[in-house]
Amino acid sequence: MENIEGNVWKFGDDVSTDLIISGKYKFKTLDMGELSKHAMEGADPEFSGKVDEGDVMVAGENFGCGSSREQAPLVLKELGIGAIISKFFARIFFRNAINVGIPVIEHEKIPDETSEGDKLKIDLNNGKVENLSTGKVYDVDPLPDFLLQILEDGGLVEQYRKKGKFQWED
Amino acid sequence: MGRTISEKILSKESSSEAYAGDFVTARIESAMAQDGTAPLTIKAIEEMGGGEVWDPERIILVMDHTVPSASVGTSSLHKSMREFAEEKNIENLYYGEGICHQIMVEKGHVKPGTVTVGADSHTCTYGALGAFGTGIGSTEMAGVFLSGKLWFKVPETMKFEVTGVMSDMVMAKDLALKIAGEIGSDGATYKAVEYSGEPIEEMSIGERMTLSNLAVEMGAKTGLVEPDEKVERFLEGRVDEEFELVKNDEDADFEETIEFDADDLVPQLAFPHLTDNVKPISAGEGIELDQVFLGTCTNGRLSDLRAAAEILKGKKVHPNVRVLVNPASKETYLNALGEGIIETFLEAGCVVNNPGCGPCAGSHQGILASEETCLSTANRNFKGRMGSEQSEIYLCSPVTAAVSAIEGRITDPREVS
Repeated sequence: MENIEGNVWKFGDDVSTDLIISGKYKFKTLDMGELSKHAMEGADPEFSGKVDEGDVMVAGENFGCGSSREQAPLVLKELGIGAIISKFFARIFFRNAINVGIPVIEHEKIPDETSEGDKLKIDLNNGKVENLSTGKVYDVDPLPDFLLQILEDGGLVEQYRKKGKFQWED
Repeated sequence: MGRTISEKILSKESSSEAYAGDFVTARIESAMAQDGTAPLTIKAIEEMGGGEVWDPERIILVMDHTVPSASVGTSSLHKSMREFAEEKNIENLYYGEGICHQIMVEKGHVKPGTVTVGADSHTCTYGALGAFGTGIGSTEMAGVFLSGKLWFKVPETMKFEVTGVMSDMVMAKDLALKIAGEIGSDGATYKAVEYSGEPIEEMSIGERMTLSNLAVEMGAKTGLVEPDEKVERFLEGRVDEEFELVKNDEDADFEETIEFDADDLVPQLAFPHLTDNVKPISAGEGIELDQVFLGTCTNGRLSDLRAAAEILKGKKVHPNVRVLVNPASKETYLNALGEGIIETFLEAGCVVNNPGCGPCAGSHQGILASEETCLSTANRNFKGRMGSEQSEIYLCSPVTAAVSAIEGRITDPREVS
């Protein structure tokens, strides 16, 4: 996978999928361009307008808790979010993010030692996250190979299109 | 080495000898998606080439989150579900029948001892029947619809051993909230939780479903209760095929066993904006309410409506409070009608909506304005979930909701019973 490089947007613990994209909007359309305008608006109404391609969300614990809505990682992907780093993720969000092609990284220290606006460089192939603003380099546990493969293929849909079957059918 | 219920079910369904931490590919017994998630699944299947589904009889599509539709957008998504069902010969298409999890259980789509996935986080509710039920996302559901299988990491099990006797006016919801408060919204992340002990054995299947339903509010993958003859009785006439009541081995390895004494349990209240922000009812007494909501996959079942109606019988709800009721299913609604429960609600001044999720997810039937406060029997009180980002949601049991509806403010049900 290519390296990811972008600016940090910081969030706290327990960012729920309701906060990422509210039920007020998500039951009405599959148009992610439209839905993404409301991404994170409960935390920061201006968020969707401020994010640049490749930016990284860094949060505390339990990112993506709550509902199974895949619209949550999809609106973040639509905005160009390159990766999400959290101390740990809620399990359905973790799977959903990978399935739509957003790298998710679990790390104890990075959330505490990173500030909003820092620039991060993420090398998933070698399990490294470098904070270009502070100079700190972190080793991250690699994802299991089959999950990394989904990310490399660009998500589960792309993987199926390429291979004509799911990895779990092997 | 002995195995837990999760380890045994996932072993059986993957034809392997699996223990916690192992990755397995399991056979899926049934797969459900609802109107908030199915449209994305359908889109993913189209993008994957639109192939045939693995078994139309094992696929269940439920319109429940916004039924009847409140916008052209929702109507279009519902239409896409109907067209997909028609194209793929899926007969299990439910509209207006109620909440997906209640339908799954009532209509016999959940079989104990097997794996059911749902594109809805509260699929963990099926653990109350001894099934490994877990929530997944829409794209993964597309994978299941096409292949009938899915990968899982076999979870560790965290066991809650409950002792004692629950007092009058203290319900399964209070126990579930209490445990969620103690464990925290991430305390069981990636794990299975299991509720056991005498008070659980004495509970009805409906009450056990309330407990299992809240498992995901602790981050859990599923919320199990060891299945017994009550499960068999409940499923008589619902599941035709044989099924196995999978129990823990005597020497099963639990990651952790946590004891709870139900003797001292009092009515509980989850404060905004997280389900684990739980305090005893005394901490919230007197908070003035704009709306009370009785329903959802947590507390919209007959036993919940019955408990609330006993309190509301012959009384009027407070004039400043809108009281909304959504029975969990058509079966629940019909039974409640038969018992005079719906009549009690209407005479007390409640608005009785059709079976479904109602205002729980903030899409219709009771959206909150800024600065409004709602007391709800649901499972989530995230910021903005039921409407304005400046509204507040408190979570409680059906009897606390009923008593508070009369008083117009949060009230301890033991004070007025």
